Amino acid sequence: MSGKPFFRTIFDVPHEEYFSPGHGLCAGCTAGTIAKLLLKVAGPNTIVVNATGCVEVSTTTYPYTSWNVPWLHVAFENTAAAASGVESAIIALKKKGIMDPSTKVNVIALAGDGGTYDIGLQALSGMLERGHRVMYVLYDNEAYMNTGIQRSGSTPEFAWTTTTPVGSQWKGKMQQKKPIAEIVSAHGTPYVATSNPNNFTDMMNKFKKGLETEGPSFVHVLQPCTTGWKFDPRYGIEISRLATETAMWINWENDHGEFRVTVTVPRRRHVRNYLRMQGRFSHLTEQEVNEIQDSVNKKVENINRLVGKTVIGPLVE
Amino acid sequence: METIAKSIWKRLPLSSNYAVAYAARDSDVDEIAAYPITPQTTVVEKLSEFIANGELLAEMVHVESEHSAMSASIGASAAGARAFTATSSQGLELMHELLHIASGMRLPIVMSVAARALSAPLSIWGDYSDVMNTRDTSWITIIASSAQEVYDSIVQAYRIAESVMLPVMVAYDGFMMSHTYEPVFVSEKAGLFRDYIPRKGRVVLDTKKPVTMGAVANPDWYYETKYQQVKAMSDAYGLSVEADQTFSKLYGRGYGLVEEYNVDNSELVILTYGGIFGTVKQAVDEMREQGIPVGAARVRLFRPFPLNELRSLLLKSKAVAVLDRSFSNGLPVSGPLAVELKSMMNSYNINVPVYSYIVGLGQRTVTEADISKIASQALSSKVSNESIYWGVRE
Repeated sequence: MSGKPFFRTIFDVPHEEYFSPGHGLCAGCTAGTIAKLLLKVAGPNTIVVNATGCVEVSTTTYPYTSWNVPWLHVAFENTAAAASGVESAIIALKKKGIMDPSTKVNVIALAGDGGTYDIGLQALSGMLERGHRVMYVLYDNEAYMNTGIQRSGSTPEFAWTTTTPVGSQWKGKMQQKKPIAEIVSAHGTPYVATSNPNNFTDMMNKFKKGLETEGPSFVHVLQPCTTGWKFDPRYGIEISRLATETAMWINWENDHGEFRVTVTVPRRRHVRNYLRMQGRFSHLTEQEVNEIQDSVNKKVENINRLVGKTVIGPLVE
Repeated sequence: METIAKSIWKRLPLSSNYAVAYAARDSDVDEIAAYPITPQTTVVEKLSEFIANGELLAEMVHVESEHSAMSASIGASAAGARAFTATSSQGLELMHELLHIASGMRLPIVMSVAARALSAPLSIWGDYSDVMNTRDTSWITIIASSAQEVYDSIVQAYRIAESVMLPVMVAYDGFMMSHTYEPVFVSEKAGLFRDYIPRKGRVVLDTKKPVTMGAVANPDWYYETKYQQVKAMSDAYGLSVEADQTFSKLYGRGYGLVEEYNVDNSELVILTYGGIFGTVKQAVDEMREQGIPVGAARVRLFRPFPLNELRSLLLKSKAVAVLDRSFSNGLPVSGPLAVELKSMMNSYNINVPVYSYIVGLGQRTVTEADISKIASQALSSKVSNESIYWGVRE
C-alpha cells in the first residue's frame, strides 16, 4: 500500500463538490473542511452514515441538506452499527441479484469524539471485530461541542470545558485523553491513521487508503473548534498546523501492521505555541505547560523508538 | 385446507421460535442483525443454520448488543434490504430508543419478540411487560397465540410493513410458546410468498438518487412528520385486515384482529392476548359444560388498536374481565389492555363493566381453575374498580 502518495499538491484535489455550502456550521469550523475533502476523495458512489453531532445537525435541517451523496443519520452511539447494517445490506442485495454485483459503494461512518470515544465505542468495537468494509472517520474536537462544550473521553488534560471548569478546586480536566486510534489498532484493524486538516493531502491520502482497504479502516482527524477551544475563527488551520509542529498531534498510519509517521517534524516547537492560541488553556500555569511538554517529549521518544529513527525532531523553540 | 396443505405445505413440529425462523426464511429476508437473549435465542440459532446450510441467502450481522441489532436493522432497511431481527425483555428495552427511530424513519423492519418479564428482580420467564412498554413507539404490534399463527403473522407483517412503511413486531409468550412444540405448516418450497410479499420499490440509500435520511426537524416540521406517522398507523388498520384476509384466501388460514370464542349468549367475556388464550378457552369449555355462560376473546392486533372488532365484541358483552400479563404501576386500573379498552369505551360511549385482572407475571402459573375462579368472581359483580393482582401473596 506504500509508494507515491495519490494527492501531492492542491492541484490534485478534485474539483467536484459533493458537500454543499449553506450549512450551519460555525464560521471557521474545520469539520466542514474535513467533510468536503472527504467527499472529494470518496466521490459519488458513497453512502455516509453520520452520528448525531455538530456535522449532522448543521448540515441536514429539513428541508435542506448539504449532502449530494446518500446520507443516513440514526442516533448518537450507533453509527458503526448502522453502517454495518448498510454494508451488510449491500452485500446481501448483490448476492441476490437485487443490486448490480459490479456496483462499488463506499460506506463511510462519520462521527465526532463523543460518538466515538465514549457513547459509540461499543458499536465501533463490534463493527471492527466483525470486519465490515466501512471507513470510520472520527472528527475529533475534543469535547461535546454540539451540546455546548462538555468534557469527553477525548478532552486533553487541563483543558477547560463547561463540565471541567477552572476554579479553586478544579483546573480543567484532570484526566488524560483516551488513545482511541491505538485502541482501534489493537482490534487488528487493517488500516488506522491519524491526520489533521492542515496536512490536507496527508488526510486525503489516508481517506483514499481507508476506502481501498478490504475490511474496516479508521481515520482519526483532529478538528480544531473555534467555539469550544476559544480561538478566533481564522486560526483553525493554523492551530491544526501547530498541533503537528509541537507534536501535540502526530500524523501516523498503521497500514496492515506497517507503522509509519507520515508527516515528519524535523524541528519541534514548544507546546506553548499551540496552547497559547486557545482560550481553553488560558488558565495554565508555567508548571502545567511544562507538564504537558514533558508528556509530549515522552510520546515523541516512544514514537521515534517505534519507527526506529528520528521522525519527530528535537525541541528547538 | 387439506388440499392446500397437501400441495404446498410441510407439517413440522416447531416451537414458536422455530416458526419465526422458518417464516423469516420463507419471507426471503436479506439481513438479520440479532443479539442473544433468553428466550429468543433459538430463533437466531435456527436462522444461522439456514444461512450456514444455504437454505437462506442473507447476511447475518452478529451485533454486540440489541441496541446495535436495531441500529444495523435500520441501516440495512434504509439501504433497501428486507431486514429482520428478534429479541426479548431487556433486549427490547435496550432497543427502545431505536424503536422510535425505526418507525419515525418509516422503515419496514419486522421483529419477533418472545415476550418476557423485565428486571428487577431478574426473571427470564414469560409475561408481556416488555411488549407493553413499547406501546408508544409507533410499531404495529401483533400478538399471536399459536406457533402456526406466529409463522403466518411474520409473513403478514412484511406485507403490512412494506405497504404502510411502518415497522411491525410479532410477539408471543416467552417459554410457554417460544419453547413448546406444536404442529406447524411451513412452506414446502421457496418462493411461496413471492407474490404475497412482492419486492417493491421504495426510497432507499441509492448512489444514483441520493437522499438524506434521518434529517433534523425543527418546530416547523417535526409535528407534521409525526402526524404522518399517525395517519400511517391509521392506514395500518385496514392493511392489517387486508393482509390477513388475503392470506386466508391464498393459503387457507386467517385470524382476524380479535378472535372470539363462545361469546354469544354469555354473561361475561374473558378478554386477553397471547398464548394464555388456550387456557382461557379450555376453562370456558369447562364452565359452559357446567352451564356457566362465559365466553372469551383475544386481541391479536394491539397496535393499531382494533376499534371496530372490539366495539362489535362489546355490543355482545354484558361484562368483560380483562386478563393482562403486564401492569402500568401507579394507575388504579393498571392492566394495559384494560386501560386501553376503557379509554376506547369512553370515547364511544360504551358502558359495559370491565374488570381488570393482572395474571401470570414472571410466568406465575395460570390454570383453568384460576380462570374459572376469576370468572365466578367477575360474574358475582363483587369486584373492585381497581386491578386485581390475582393470586399474589401479600
